[in-house]
Amino acid sequence: MTATTAPYAATPVRATRQPSARLRAWATRAPLLPALIFMIIVTQLPFVATLVISFFHWNSLYPKARHFAGFDNYREVLTDPDLRHSVWTTVLLTVTVVLVSLILGLALALLLDHRFAGRGVVRTLLIAPFLVVPVAAALLWKHVLFNPEYGLLNGLLHYVGGPQPDWISNTPLIAVEAALVWQWTPFMMLILLAGLQSRDPEQMEAARVDGASEWQVFRYLTLPHLRRYLELGALLGSIYIVQNFDAVFTITSGGLGTANLPYTVYQTFYQAHENGLASAAGVLVVIGSIIIATFALRVVSSLFREEVSRA
Amino acid sequence: MSGIAVTLKKHRGLSIGLLAWLVGIVFFLPIAWMALTSFHSEADAATNPPSFAASLTLDGYREFFGAGGGASPWPALINSAVASVFSTACVLLLALPAAYALSVRRVKKWTDVLFFFLSTKMLPVVAGLLPIYLFAKNTGMLDNIWYLVILYTSMNLPIAVWMMQSFLAEVPVAVIEAAQIDGARLPTILARVVAPIALPGIAATGLICFIFSWNELLFARVLTGVVAETAPVFLTGFITSQGLFLAKVCAASLVVSLPVLAAGFAAQDKLVQGLSLGAVK
Repeated sequence: MTATTAPYAATPVRATRQPSARLRAWATRAPLLPALIFMIIVTQLPFVATLVISFFHWNSLYPKARHFAGFDNYREVLTDPDLRHSVWTTVLLTVTVVLVSLILGLALALLLDHRFAGRGVVRTLLIAPFLVVPVAAALLWKHVLFNPEYGLLNGLLHYVGGPQPDWISNTPLIAVEAALVWQWTPFMMLILLAGLQSRDPEQMEAARVDGASEWQVFRYLTLPHLRRYLELGALLGSIYIVQNFDAVFTITSGGLGTANLPYTVYQTFYQAHENGLASAAGVLVVIGSIIIATFALRVVSSLFREEVSRA
Repeated sequence: MSGIAVTLKKHRGLSIGLLAWLVGIVFFLPIAWMALTSFHSEADAATNPPSFAASLTLDGYREFFGAGGGASPWPALINSAVASVFSTACVLLLALPAAYALSVRRVKKWTDVLFFFLSTKMLPVVAGLLPIYLFAKNTGMLDNIWYLVILYTSMNLPIAVWMMQSFLAEVPVAVIEAAQIDGARLPTILARVVAPIALPGIAATGLICFIFSWNELLFARVLTGVVAETAPVFLTGFITSQGLFLAKVCAASLVVSLPVLAAGFAAQDKLVQGLSLGAVK
């Protein structure tokens, strides 16, 4: 059949095959399109609008005075001591919370990797902080734990005759960080525990038979194996903690030098009505979080590559 | 010799167990204390040293549900339920076909598309908040719960696409091909073949989307007011409240957290897999 049609079908076949291939490609693509188009409209368009607004002087209380401002807003964001401070606060808050909760999470995961009576119960107890609604968790720390007069922390200190500090006034940023570390440690633990349980037991056994100490097994087998999971925890933790609003808003309301960029952006447009300035700060948050996400990933992976090559 | 080694090993196991229990209790203590305080009278709740043996009462809960003349939390709880349930449904409806195109019938450059979805999660909420607010203001959508449904859908869709594509990758292609040979079209294949096989994964995805929507504060705080206020926004009313309302604050925090706590405890394993975007199995 092909032989008889071939002489004059050569061009028509190519002509019909191409659109049908394109059609098939569209048929494959079609199920993807609703989600993709929806995401572009709801997340990318607003960001483009933010980018445009960031180049305007625009206070929503004086809409008629709106005019093009060039890089003025960026200059102001970067030179305003309050705003600059909030950039620093964001970095400090994110790095501290991610690192501390990652290390604590690793310790807890190693602990829970052992068999002991009631392991399931302990795991459930440890997950609970991550499952409390963030605003509720922040309220819990603010009123129930940190309160200088009737908070649980000072209540327990009372029994050992310790001092009764006003935690939030004395160490506001640490207070916010403590609450966030409490919420995020379980998340890190869960990811790292899954990592630990996916190790190859035969390989571990072989290393022990060869006389490797517990520390050597951890350093040269477990840690390299966990690399992917540590990266993942750091990456996801950074994405969420850079954007943290609930804890800062609830515990200190951005006071006492704890205002991070998300809170500052919120305040700049919601309370100060400075749309242009808020947008410029918002764009800077985006740049910052892209840097943090890529950096966190690179630093962690290069650290581990070193470890592996040394081993 | 071996006897000593065995007792040492036993001892070590015991101390690890004790240590783990201790850490678990320390982490859980704030929640346990919050639960206990929620059952105390306001006078017993705000004492130093703390009152462990004070008599229990439901006054905190009665106060929270509006017995004291305060605003009832029911509208806020219902708004949260509506926003979470409907946005989760929308997410699943959009994510299932998308994940199908990304894992079973792979489109070209599918990894690029997948990373595009993840990159939208790295775009902080505040980066688009102002235009989103201005749009709502100009179209009369402020204080409208359905606007939140749309936003929560966009907030969770990238996570859902990631999770689902990893779950769908486990559906055997042969089954889908058999259905295609029988003449089934895409919606039928998704609903009758893919969905039943990937059901546990779809359920986990839905659960996580529900939790994130239920927890969300920033959008809700900026975009809702009186009518569409959600439960987290209702809770912010307690930010400045003083010691006199401690039991009520605790009761409120617990009631609002209850759906998430229950859902999370019920699906611990799926939670990890989902939160790590399906990368951890």
